[in-house]
Amino acid sequence: MPLERLTFWGGVKDCIPTLLGYLSIGFAAGVVGAAEGLSVLEIGLMSVFLYAGSAQFIVAGMMSAGSSILSIIVTVFFVNLRHLLLSAALAPMFRQYSAKKNFILGAQLTDETFGVAINRLTPNTTHRDQWMLGMNITAQINWVLATLVGAWFGTWIPNPQQFGLGFALPAMFAGLVVQSLIHRKKFRTDLIVAGSTIVYFVLAFLWLPGHIAVIAAAVAAAITGMVVER
Amino acid sequence: MTLSEGFLWLLIGVSLVTLLPRVLPMVLITKFGMPEWLLRFLQYVPIAVMTALLVQAVLTEGESFIPLMENVNLLALIPTLIVAIATRSLLFTVITGIGAMFLLQLFGL
Repeated sequence: MPLERLTFWGGVKDCIPTLLGYLSIGFAAGVVGAAEGLSVLEIGLMSVFLYAGSAQFIVAGMMSAGSSILSIIVTVFFVNLRHLLLSAALAPMFRQYSAKKNFILGAQLTDETFGVAINRLTPNTTHRDQWMLGMNITAQINWVLATLVGAWFGTWIPNPQQFGLGFALPAMFAGLVVQSLIHRKKFRTDLIVAGSTIVYFVLAFLWLPGHIAVIAAAVAAAITGMVVER
Repeated sequence: MTLSEGFLWLLIGVSLVTLLPRVLPMVLITKFGMPEWLLRFLQYVPIAVMTALLVQAVLTEGESFIPLMENVNLLALIPTLIVAIATRSLLFTVITGIGAMFLLQLFGL
């Protein structure tokens, strides 16, 4: 099979389908942040350095609830611990690159860019570093712009949820699940993994906080996949 | 354009605990390689994490389940999944989701 040469601009292009997701969720994050009392500057800085939608919602919510800095940091740590799994799943595709380069590429990893990358990058492709950088930069620029616009609007939209924006995040996850289910050749096993994840999450959530239940369910379901594939 | 007191420390803290899980596997695993069983495990992680995040986003609110009979998310999820399967497009999927939720709320559900 001939190798497919990926490019920076190919990464930019492959990022485009996710942009509306970023725009709507970023917009929502900006509006909510402003509603919780954060300034436009603070929201912008979070989008540049933190760059994690769920974490930015949490920071805004916990700050306005008067939580301590330490408790906010610990919560964000647990919420983003899932990135360990995502980063590890992508790592085999970046084996040939330097640690410095992989640090830069990993720093901009999100649920969405991961979803696109895991479907697009195969052992049959080359120049994945350029492609990944193109997608990462496109995604984050859109995120920063969307949250800033949202923050500005936040001062005069009292209730953003009423426009359905709250469903942007679940819809994005739904799209990514369907894409990865359809894309791979292990449809039966993948379906079992997805189905068992639902059961594991519901059980785990009875005992554990949501962000831990996500990790526990994902680990258990991935092990289930290993067991049933034989 | 203001920065509240303590915000910069908070920002540094949350940024670091977000950065580390994102970069550590990419930096370390590429250096040391991975055993075969871990690779087999990892190929199921994406779909498992995505599904878990979806279930959490649809079924829960804060730290409790949304009562099934009152869960508007499940209703909005139906057209969202249909469009996702039919078009395989994230763009149309997200538009459908937001639109469905907007309509459901408009009719007071």
